[in-house]
Amino acid sequence: MAQGKRIVYPYIPNSAPKSRQEMLEAVGVRDVEELYREIPERLRLKRPLNLPEPFVSERDLKRHVQEILRRNKSCEEALSFLGAGCYQHHVPAVVDTIVNRGEFLTAYYGSTYTDQGRFQAMFEYVSMLTELVGMDVAGYPMYDGSSSAGTAVRMCARITGRPEVLVPESLSPMRMKVLENYCRSSEVKALRKVAIRWDTGLLDLSDLKSKLGPTTAGLYIENPSYLGVIETQGQEMADLLHANGSLFAVGVNPMSLGVLAPPGHYGADIVTGDTQPLGVHMNYGGGACGFVAVRDVEAHIAELPPLLDSIADLEEGDGFGFNLFAWAERLSYAARENAKEYTGTSTALWSTATAVYLALMGPEGMREIGETILLKTRYARDLLAEIPGVRIPLEGAHFNEFVANFDATGRTVRRINAALLKRNIFGGKDLSKEFPRLGQSALYCVSEIHTAEDLKRLAEALKEVVR
Amino acid sequence: MSREIKLRKYHAQVWDEPLLMDLSVEGQRGLLVPRAEEEIRARYGSAQDLVPASMRRRRPPDLPQVAQPQVVRHYTRLSQMTMGNDVSNDIGVGTCTMKYSPKVNEQLCSLPQMADLHPLQDESTVQGILEILYKTRDFIREISGMDEVSFQPSSGGQAVLAAASIVRAYHTARGEGKKRNQVITTIFSHPVDAACPATAGFEVVTLMPDAKGYPDIEALKAALSERTAALFVTNPEDTGLYNPRIDEFVRLVHEAGGLCFTDQANANGVLGKARAADAGFDMCHFNLHKTFSSPHGGMGPGCGALAVREPLAKFLPVPVVAFDGKKYRLDYRRPHSIGKVRDFYGNVQVVLRTYAWIMSLGAKGLEAVAETAVLNNNYLEKLLTAIPGVSISYGPGRVRLDQIRYSWEKLTAETGVTSEDIERRMTDFGLQAYWTSHHPQIIPEPFTPEPTESYSKDDIEYWAAVMREIDREARQDPNRVKSAPHNGVTGKIDESAMLFHEKCMFTYKKYKQMKQAG
Amino acid sequence: MNPIAGMGGRVGLKGTDGRDIVARAVEKGARPEAGRRAGEALESLAGLKDRIEVLTYPDEMGEHVVRAAGFACSVLGSIRSGQTTPEDTRRAAQDLEAAGVDLLLFAGGDGTARDICAAVGDRLPVLGIPAGVKMHSAVFGISPRRAGELAALYVEGKIRGTREAEVMDIDEEAFRQERVCAKLYGYLRVPSEPRLVQGVKAGGGHGEASALRGIALDVTSRMEPGVAYLIGPGTTTQEILHVLGLSGTLLGVDVVVDRRIEAADADERVLLETVERMPARIVVSVIGGQGYLFGRGNQQLSPRILARVGKENVIVAATPGKIFSLRGLPLLVDTGDPDVDRMLTGYVQIVTGLKERLVYPVAC
Repeated sequence: MAQGKRIVYPYIPNSAPKSRQEMLEAVGVRDVEELYREIPERLRLKRPLNLPEPFVSERDLKRHVQEILRRNKSCEEALSFLGAGCYQHHVPAVVDTIVNRGEFLTAYYGSTYTDQGRFQAMFEYVSMLTELVGMDVAGYPMYDGSSSAGTAVRMCARITGRPEVLVPESLSPMRMKVLENYCRSSEVKALRKVAIRWDTGLLDLSDLKSKLGPTTAGLYIENPSYLGVIETQGQEMADLLHANGSLFAVGVNPMSLGVLAPPGHYGADIVTGDTQPLGVHMNYGGGACGFVAVRDVEAHIAELPPLLDSIADLEEGDGFGFNLFAWAERLSYAARENAKEYTGTSTALWSTATAVYLALMGPEGMREIGETILLKTRYARDLLAEIPGVRIPLEGAHFNEFVANFDATGRTVRRINAALLKRNIFGGKDLSKEFPRLGQSALYCVSEIHTAEDLKRLAEALKEVVR
Repeated sequence: MSREIKLRKYHAQVWDEPLLMDLSVEGQRGLLVPRAEEEIRARYGSAQDLVPASMRRRRPPDLPQVAQPQVVRHYTRLSQMTMGNDVSNDIGVGTCTMKYSPKVNEQLCSLPQMADLHPLQDESTVQGILEILYKTRDFIREISGMDEVSFQPSSGGQAVLAAASIVRAYHTARGEGKKRNQVITTIFSHPVDAACPATAGFEVVTLMPDAKGYPDIEALKAALSERTAALFVTNPEDTGLYNPRIDEFVRLVHEAGGLCFTDQANANGVLGKARAADAGFDMCHFNLHKTFSSPHGGMGPGCGALAVREPLAKFLPVPVVAFDGKKYRLDYRRPHSIGKVRDFYGNVQVVLRTYAWIMSLGAKGLEAVAETAVLNNNYLEKLLTAIPGVSISYGPGRVRLDQIRYSWEKLTAETGVTSEDIERRMTDFGLQAYWTSHHPQIIPEPFTPEPTESYSKDDIEYWAAVMREIDREARQDPNRVKSAPHNGVTGKIDESAMLFHEKCMFTYKKYKQMKQAG
Repeated sequence: MNPIAGMGGRVGLKGTDGRDIVARAVEKGARPEAGRRAGEALESLAGLKDRIEVLTYPDEMGEHVVRAAGFACSVLGSIRSGQTTPEDTRRAAQDLEAAGVDLLLFAGGDGTARDICAAVGDRLPVLGIPAGVKMHSAVFGISPRRAGELAALYVEGKIRGTREAEVMDIDEEAFRQERVCAKLYGYLRVPSEPRLVQGVKAGGGHGEASALRGIALDVTSRMEPGVAYLIGPGTTTQEILHVLGLSGTLLGVDVVVDRRIEAADADERVLLETVERMPARIVVSVIGGQGYLFGRGNQQLSPRILARVGKENVIVAATPGKIFSLRGLPLLVDTGDPDVDRMLTGYVQIVTGLKERLVYPVAC
């Protein structure tokens, strides 16, 4: 190793020579190398790591990284209509303030005695989330919408003991990929697609009926669907499934639930989704925060991934504390020998963000934002439908997203989006490869952040681009 | 030599803060949202009309109605009742590698050019973040010795699960997918090394340690067969002992036709000193939210960076970031990929922090991290083993790396005070509760501190002084320890409620129901 | 409490089962140990003094030591002080069960455990404070203090699970002549040690009931037609029969072929004849507090049978809780035949759940 003046690192207190020396003496070695003697020589790396020269001053580091990040254009600097599983909404300042508090940011699983605050925040998050989705119990957050869906699907198989789960053909390919990976070599032996009606965008109930059978563990749908359509047949699906001894799982966009009926109100057994839209920055996809919610049925709760918070009385006096429920086995019901699950770090900080968001919004705020989104989505849809060559193929009601078809313009979505980009607009997600039967279509996402002017600007730009 | 250590008269902040729902006042608003403009509302009338009748929400959600200052105060108070690493000495939280998360990295993460990027933006608009992903991949390749890296797994467990999926894909491609259905692990490896292969459908064979506390190589030989798919092992294990025969383990498994994965949750002491690839491993992972400084977030978001050798690279999740010399791209053309383990690309902001951290330290800095972690641990060992009630199992005279699993067995035999009692009592001195051990607890009355490089000599001495004080207290006044905590947010919590489904209260609604029922 | 338990050991006598043996022990200067041990256990319960009700039997069968530990208690039954017998133990257990106790705590050895088992079976939770000479049964805490702590956790409701624990019966006369012939007498239900099976931070483990079911599913899913399965005694293997829809003998060896019981509680002759006639596998669990695979409680599986079947056809099934209660000590075999013992030593893959194995050392 090169000799010479050792750097004293601000993040490494005992790199200060005096402390280091005292500790070496106390430990009884002259060189730290001696402490690596249990690693055989043949396994030792005998050269320094080949890494770039560091920026040891904070100023230089910040400048360096900022320069790289400047090669990104964020959705704050452009007009974006991208959705498809990650959503741009206003993140209230209070949310950012709270999740950046060092206590929350740098905590880990802690203990119920030292981290009461964090446990309470998690308990309040679950309480509000279950209210929003119309269910009774939820656990710690999952990684994202797809892992929640995967968990729900496997739960259906475990609870019913049946091997097949039905999914709509309109699921995003990304979701399908994660589900397939999750279900490989699991209790779910087959994920079978159910048709949707390509005129309305709703699930084809007759196809569902034809596919329901004694091997059906359950059906997983999304509401709104990946294509933005509000599914109206939920109760009928629930009835059909329950009559067949199957379960009903629904994935939601929780942002819609101030105005749309939650699945808990139309017979769902399991509700999943991603709370990123509720107070979490997109983070290039890193804002995902999934959830799985069930009813207060012991057999279902026992099948949840095993981390839940429960409020509890104190042994003496009034007041409350929390228990970390790390063990579904503590419930009397447990058929978990077939259940192979694991738990650990997921996305707790974002659940705090969502809790603060919902605390600020309240029922009125959620209703109002839902109405704003409904209105703006509809307005955008109609503006685009007025453009020559642009068609809206799906007739059903929409929330937040809709499909726009450009076949009659003779242009590909790729070219259209490239042209929009030149005008500093991020066009809707290109669906032409994901759903060839939709032709040259794109998924446009509209939220409360878009003003009427923004939407007119989009329409104008498209009009020019497809002329 | 050492400063005189004064034990703190710590007391937790006790706000007796009500549940948020109990702060609700009818009609209060915390935030106003944009309304659709007049022209839009004129055109469509009521938004409710845009929703088919059957799907209109009839009963509004019973969410609390709280004004903004009250929300701020409530959550700020909750944060004050949370012992994050910014506040407390987390030396006790072993295996979690609690280290300082530099604030400058938080600033960088808050920039819109990170926080407000949509994952589906045109690649030309995200060259910066793709560059970060690509370069950090290079760093992880170099640190591990592997050839390709995926940042898509969002935790250590998810990385291990992805590795198990790759094991299956590998053997299936060679026509041995059904035959090779057993994964071997050790009892001192992290539980995800057993739980995740099981989740992936494998039969899991666990090896007990030999008398010296190392993984038992004879047991491994007895376990290997033509059904062996892989070895999943943590090295060094939580005992702090580096398995000196690890390469032999790998060789034996390879000879039996299996792959080898190492869980590097305990990598903090070996960065730049020993690499997974050099021991022969085919795959490894790192917890970027542990070893590489991204904050833990109260249980995430995190990132389990999965690194593999070239022959396995084709199985990694899609997309992978590619670079053609001029532009960065997301490469989805990977027909052998296991698919996706999560939505989009993973927790990218965690990778950004990793990039910045490594760029602030460089090779010498990482070496200093590892060396200081090991020196800190050995210094703590000297202080702790001088306490009468503390002992270390296995490996007498062996030097350990980043952490050690100790035992209070002697103290418990003499006084009846258990490790769990001490776990509560230590928080009365301003320390975060320590980590005992994974289950099953092979070492009795365990505790597993990990003094990462972020702790000063004073921090380490304070921690040891608290342990010493509690040891003394256990002998002289055991009840004080057993009835702890005394200076916490609350007194002892009724844990029996967890045992009965009828007594569980997972939500406010249930809590209120139970209280009313009396 | 068995007041004379443990007296035989210190003075070199192996037990106190007959009155003349007791007399000989007293002659040699033995003092009753059980009282001291019971006292240690009760110390761990002292904190609960005001919150629990203690019922006991008179004088040296419990009353003295309970009051000395500072507990108020209700005294049931009557005895002839100074002349207590196993019959008194049985009556005490019955009276306490009838009184509705939540936990029966006893101080004694295998003999006491056997008497209690005869009286109450597994109808209520029982826990032993180790105070005897012979403690092959798995019903005891690892120390008097630990037994007390476990009892405290259980009555406080902090642990709720119980597990079946073997009560071993050793032929006394043979034992005194240096021969060990152990029988599995029956089962008591003891509080389950919490830290052996629960987990945080990674989840995915099982409680006892779940593990038993998993083991049974695993073993039964691999059963092949035309193969004889010799199912050894114990509750773990019992679950296997249960999953097959069969009821066999808890304490004996049953032969299962093609999912039917061909012979129940078979003796060595029948078993040998079976394994000579057809391919066979042996399914055994771990018996007793010391972890015996063969030689305690399943001697019908003689060395000849074991040699014929071969080590590779021995399936060992045990819950993780059972294995970790051995605290790292190897499993034991004592078939009576050194060659067969040697064949069985080394490592064995124990089935600990559905698709879960634990590689564990076996010694003789």
